[in-house]
Amino acid sequence: MLAAIVPFLAAIQARGEQGPGIPQDRAGAGDGGKAPAVGPFETPFSAQHGLVDELVTFVLRERGIQPAHSCSDAVFVRRVFLDVIGTLPSPGEVRDFLDDGNPDKRSALIDELMERDEFADYWALKWGDLLRVKAEFPINLWPNAVQAYHRWIRESIRTNKPYDRFVRELLTSSGSNFRVPAVNFYRAIQGRGASAIAGAVALTFMGVRWENWPAERRAGMEAFFSRVAFKGTAEWKEEIVFQDPARSGALDGAFPDGSRAAIPAGADPRCAFADWLISARNEWFARNIVNRIWSWLLGRGIVHEPDDLRPDNPASNPYLLAYLEWELGRGGYDLRHIYRIILNSCTYQQSSIPQSNHQSAGALFAYYKVRQLDAEVLGDALRQLCGVRENYISMIPEPFTFVPAEKRCITLCDGSITSPFLELFGRPARDTGLESERNNTPSDAQRLFLLNSSGLQKGLAGSRWLRALVKAGMKDHRRIIGTLYLTVLSREPTAAELAAVEMCFTGKGVNRQEAAVDLAWALINTKEFLFRH
Amino acid sequence: MGVRLETGTLTRRQALKAGLLGAAGLALGPGLGAPGRLWAGEDGPPAPDGPKRARSVIQIWMWGGPSHLDTFDPKPNAGYDYCGPLDKDMPTNVDGIRIGAKLPLLAGQADKYSIIRSMTHGIAAHETASYITQTGRPPGRLVYPSAGAVVALFKGYDHGYKGLAPPYVVLTSPQGRFSESGFLGPKYKPFATGGDPNRPRFEVEGIIAPGISDERQLSRRELLHALDSLGKAVQGNPEFGKFDLCEENAYRMMFGEARRLFDLSQEKDELRDRYGRNTFGQSCLAARRLVEAGVPYVTINYKGWDTHKNHFEIMNRKLPEMDGGMATLLADLSERGLLDSTIVWWSGEFGRTPKIDWEAPWNGGRGHFGSCFSAVIAGGGFKGGRVVGASDDRGENVADRPVYPRDLIASMYELLGIDPDGPLPNPLGLDLKVLPWDEAGAETGGRLTELLE
Repeated sequence: MLAAIVPFLAAIQARGEQGPGIPQDRAGAGDGGKAPAVGPFETPFSAQHGLVDELVTFVLRERGIQPAHSCSDAVFVRRVFLDVIGTLPSPGEVRDFLDDGNPDKRSALIDELMERDEFADYWALKWGDLLRVKAEFPINLWPNAVQAYHRWIRESIRTNKPYDRFVRELLTSSGSNFRVPAVNFYRAIQGRGASAIAGAVALTFMGVRWENWPAERRAGMEAFFSRVAFKGTAEWKEEIVFQDPARSGALDGAFPDGSRAAIPAGADPRCAFADWLISARNEWFARNIVNRIWSWLLGRGIVHEPDDLRPDNPASNPYLLAYLEWELGRGGYDLRHIYRIILNSCTYQQSSIPQSNHQSAGALFAYYKVRQLDAEVLGDALRQLCGVRENYISMIPEPFTFVPAEKRCITLCDGSITSPFLELFGRPARDTGLESERNNTPSDAQRLFLLNSSGLQKGLAGSRWLRALVKAGMKDHRRIIGTLYLTVLSREPTAAELAAVEMCFTGKGVNRQEAAVDLAWALINTKEFLFRH
Repeated sequence: MGVRLETGTLTRRQALKAGLLGAAGLALGPGLGAPGRLWAGEDGPPAPDGPKRARSVIQIWMWGGPSHLDTFDPKPNAGYDYCGPLDKDMPTNVDGIRIGAKLPLLAGQADKYSIIRSMTHGIAAHETASYITQTGRPPGRLVYPSAGAVVALFKGYDHGYKGLAPPYVVLTSPQGRFSESGFLGPKYKPFATGGDPNRPRFEVEGIIAPGISDERQLSRRELLHALDSLGKAVQGNPEFGKFDLCEENAYRMMFGEARRLFDLSQEKDELRDRYGRNTFGQSCLAARRLVEAGVPYVTINYKGWDTHKNHFEIMNRKLPEMDGGMATLLADLSERGLLDSTIVWWSGEFGRTPKIDWEAPWNGGRGHFGSCFSAVIAGGGFKGGRVVGASDDRGENVADRPVYPRDLIASMYELLGIDPDGPLPNPLGLDLKVLPWDEAGAETGGRLTELLE
């Protein structure tokens, strides 16, 4: 199987890069020595290895690291919903999946999810972070442009616009920010000079920290953006982004790889840059996006941080990265092709319970990395479960913006429209476009909120859904427990859990409504609910 | 120079990690801890070295921008178009210093604070001005943390803070993103109490929940731990470890002394009356209790000063409230010996237009004004009974000694033992300084040497 990737590895080496050696397929440690699969989270059965898995296990074997078991169907359905569409599966969706006898059901679900509206919502949210879509301060798109831009981004994702075209449109469009939404790329940057633009382009599409480049290399790239100009119109906050016609002479630029570009008079230098950027000879373009997608789905980049590609920050598994780059080109820059390859891999479908405590086990993807839910995803899940509603508000610009509470958090288009909840749980401010701006680290205040805030307590106590569930389960408390597990944790309780919980529902003078509220509260506060796992 | 690091004693977090305080401490339940001792250390917080003696900050944040003419920079001779009905000033207990006649109690405390009458940044938009006045920095590519977050960084858990309340508390609702942690991230965001300290029960969000008994809370906690199947299956995960630690901390706040800290009924009625039976007055009292317990930074988010309309009606209602709360806070801190270690900082994001808008729709209102406004600073090593700088005859321009937000905040950092020229550790991994005096392009009038020893 490894033979299939030899040609592109050779091609990488031919580019003069310090390329990875070609891995030799050889027998490794095998699956011996693993602890048995754990209860509701794991299954001893594993799907067939693909190339991703061959490359991952190749490196793991070299280091003597035992990969994790496969995750169970219950874990998978929840994980893939959260990772792919930022949405908790409904109990019906979970049950349908678990009851499905099709051996390819995981793969079928992956395809199905990528066609859903929430796929476009969730990934437009992610791109909103990277492209810094917000109305005001320190990015000043203003509300009309935010909406036009967000709609354009979402539509590009919904229609699966090839990634090279998506980027080229962002970099080369001219016109009104209301009518040609892609021009807002240039407006959503702190600063309008060539250096600010070049820095944002390099970070977003090459995954590099431009400010650390040598001055000469920076200047070479700045030249391509030195003629971007902006002018207002009579419409409030409408702005035209255009190439300054007063400066249309011939121009010399230098691409970041050192090659020179002579731009003839009258040509748009942005086009020259965009064409270089998306061409196969550019080593950053494909690497940046496949590494990011890997990082979004597995919680850690093959190069990590995913937006800090540089020679002294090597890929933990260069074969894997090279393979995904190659697949991107092969698939015609179809990002869903990359999603599909990753999501169908055994590597993605591993359990989050490590089988090895080797210090590199995480960086080499020997298990699925747990991480707290995104603020928006958690907000939506809590509303779904216990009616906690967000009061979105934007204090800027005046007049204040109010968004209906029914709106899902993942569909919010404007980084300036927010709520204390979203900020508490680490929603990025969209100031810099850095991946690290989204902060999913637990904090004391977050725990206080979930354990004891009045909003959550009142939401649970007043939840109509819970009341109806308790009423329907009058004769059979196991039904209440089972439904709560399925709704909150997307699985059935184990026998041990059922026994522990049943004690709360049986016995003299037990208030079942209170017991159900307590159970819902407890499940919402488990790691299993609050983390992707 | 810089931050003092605790050595020799276990920090709260280390102790929690070691399991010394965790379950055992909680099992005591409420009311069984040592009463009245809110500071977990032996003899209270360490005194910073040398003259840097400030331990805490109480920031009275005048959201919306208070009129400088109607408060600390009166211009009784500027005429009706400037003064409106508030055309009287009054003497204070410091010779030569006069303030607005609506602030008689503060007039009696003028020896404790100093007035800066030449604050300036020139910005008239709330957000940008809030950012500048609380970070000391002009808007730029990075969003810097506010003073509260910087103090929480340098004097919080990372540096030996062992208090039972979070190191950066805001009473009662957050001031908004421009006043928060910036690129430092959610860990340094203020803890917003929610609730209303003027209610019989101050329901501090997350700490004191309405309608759930302690018994039920504790049995829920047991249930939660019994059902933590994934946590038990995944051992030694650092993310889970952090999560567990945060949960321990949260429970300590819910069941430990933090509850008592926010229980204002422990104070004498007479003192509560002096502070004023209103949200601001009782917030001042709560702030005193918090700094007494060692909390490094407390913000009172005092709203309602954006008086484009009905300005004078609002002043007549709010100034006495502000006068009572703030004057009592200064007196109370002083009587308890806390003023030496507590900086009290009163300021909005800007002042208000000295010239009154008499036309419709304002009908006697004042607009935003960033060219010249006032701030008040007291305690923690700042000298009292002084006036720094001056505005012109109508309060429209700085006439003498401009003071930029940077100057005030960096001077405050110095007193807190935080080196403005020192490094500002940050998750971006950038080489940044706290708030350096000589930053290129930054407007500055220099340190507040007039108020420093």
